[in-house]
Amino acid sequence: MSFRIAPSPHGHNQRTTSEMMRWVCYALVPGVLLQSFFFGPGIWFQIILALGTAVLAEMACTVARDRPAFSALRDNTAIVTAILLAISIPSLAPWWVIVIGTLFAIVVVKHVYGGMGQNLFNPAMAGYVLLLISFPVQMTNWLPVSTISEHSLTLWQTLHTIVFEYTPAGYSVEQLRAGIDGVTMATPLDTIKTELTRGYTLTEIYQGPEFSYFAGAGWQWINLGFLVGGLLLIQQRIISWHIPLGFLGGLCIPAFIAHIFAPDLMPGPIVHALSGATMLGAFFIATDPVSAATSNRGRVIFGLLIGFLIFVIRSWGGYPDAVAFAVLLANMCVPLIDRYTRPVVYGHGD
Amino acid sequence: MNEYQHLTKQGLWDNNPALVQLLGLCPLLAVTASVTNALGLGLATLFVLVGSNITVSLVRQFVPSEIRIPVFVMVIATFVTIIQLLMNAYVFQLYQSLGIFIPLIVTNCAIIGRAEAYASKNPWQRAAFDGLAMGVGFALVLVVLGAMREIIGNGTLFDGAELLLGEWAAQLRIELFTVNYPLLLAILPPGAFIGMGFIIALKNKIDAVRSARAEKKTVTRARVTA
Repeated sequence: MSFRIAPSPHGHNQRTTSEMMRWVCYALVPGVLLQSFFFGPGIWFQIILALGTAVLAEMACTVARDRPAFSALRDNTAIVTAILLAISIPSLAPWWVIVIGTLFAIVVVKHVYGGMGQNLFNPAMAGYVLLLISFPVQMTNWLPVSTISEHSLTLWQTLHTIVFEYTPAGYSVEQLRAGIDGVTMATPLDTIKTELTRGYTLTEIYQGPEFSYFAGAGWQWINLGFLVGGLLLIQQRIISWHIPLGFLGGLCIPAFIAHIFAPDLMPGPIVHALSGATMLGAFFIATDPVSAATSNRGRVIFGLLIGFLIFVIRSWGGYPDAVAFAVLLANMCVPLIDRYTRPVVYGHGD
Repeated sequence: MNEYQHLTKQGLWDNNPALVQLLGLCPLLAVTASVTNALGLGLATLFVLVGSNITVSLVRQFVPSEIRIPVFVMVIATFVTIIQLLMNAYVFQLYQSLGIFIPLIVTNCAIIGRAEAYASKNPWQRAAFDGLAMGVGFALVLVVLGAMREIIGNGTLFDGAELLLGEWAAQLRIELFTVNYPLLLAILPPGAFIGMGFIIALKNKIDAVRSARAEKKTVTRARVTA
């Protein structure tokens, strides 16, 4: 007799973990395709590197823990972790960045805590924070999106840059980021942060080439791509709507209020919702069934907390985006949230 | 096993202040970014621990138990002041890089813990030896953690040892590998927590393997009579 191990809550869902994780991968496709359109083919190399590292690390850990080598791979969780980390980092980051991050995520954050279903923290985001703290330069080297970029790299040039940190012609990533006037272009959130400190208003900042219709050029479409994938996950009942709704509410409601009071200093809710890693975080990262809260009420609180933390860190913190930090901080609060939102057992309530 | 062997084993392994009692973690985690800093603070703590243990043991007959804790703290503070002034005079650069953590040795619970638990109940020779064993155990953990963090974060060992040991020690510096981009996390405080966790896990693993082996060796006899 074999027991099927399903992620909590142990409801009526008949899907296995590996099936759910496969659906998560499918749902990532629109966002990843858009990201590879706007940031070049580097993202595919990052995904391949992350997958290779994750599979080897997972096998090494299971063997070291006296378990059959392929047992843990079959549930596909390591694969989802690897892909989430790979699409979170800049597409031209050197190869060792993603390798170190994936190793840390799988070995330290997942297996040291006891493997699948035991980790306190979201492995992909813990790996991301390790990388962001350790290699701030490489981790913030986002290229300007292809529609406004002066350079576009072929497949071979991209691979060369990831392996040797320079294009075949000898340009560094730093140089590739420069526009035609030689000024380095940054991500929309970075731009908002630095230009606001230089005394510009949002109306002026939005005139820049980094912005188009709703929010940052390119980034808004990537976010919409992840939103589509996320809605697919909700429709398939892979994730429940509680965490994404809480997440977006926690981010957009304070942003809306702040925007009304200071329209030229605080970006509005649409800019927040379509910038950085908002949609990826709301539908794919915060909904990790292991490290999130378990009851429905708890999930809403968990999502609200993450969204609000992102709003606070984006507005007043030292980093331009904050999904990883917010998710890790909320992960720490999960035991407390679960304790106070425990559903009442039938017949035991007052 | 006589008392001194017992004390050695307790201090270095079985009851190690850093790995088992988990005392004095504040300096342990804060200053172990390099071997030199770790060794400097380890030696300072060792000196204070031996000095305070001897003094506390010598005055234990005269100290009313109601006010023993303030007395112990005064004794420890005296030794910390001595070591602080000595380091200020002779190893000034190390003194600067350790900063607030030298005066903070006063509040290191490993020291007051030994004063209360051992020195105040035993003759001064034993108390001195207990301080030595505990201090060495603490310093060893500091050095191991410092080495780990320095290797991972910087690729070197004994970087800046001349600040502690004099000019000749500049030769000690070993560059294991060159890193263009150091793994900053290892040098930052979270790296200390993670590294400490791994060292404790390793110690527990060694203990588990050893006790499993010991169990196999001993032949257990069924007891047939009461």
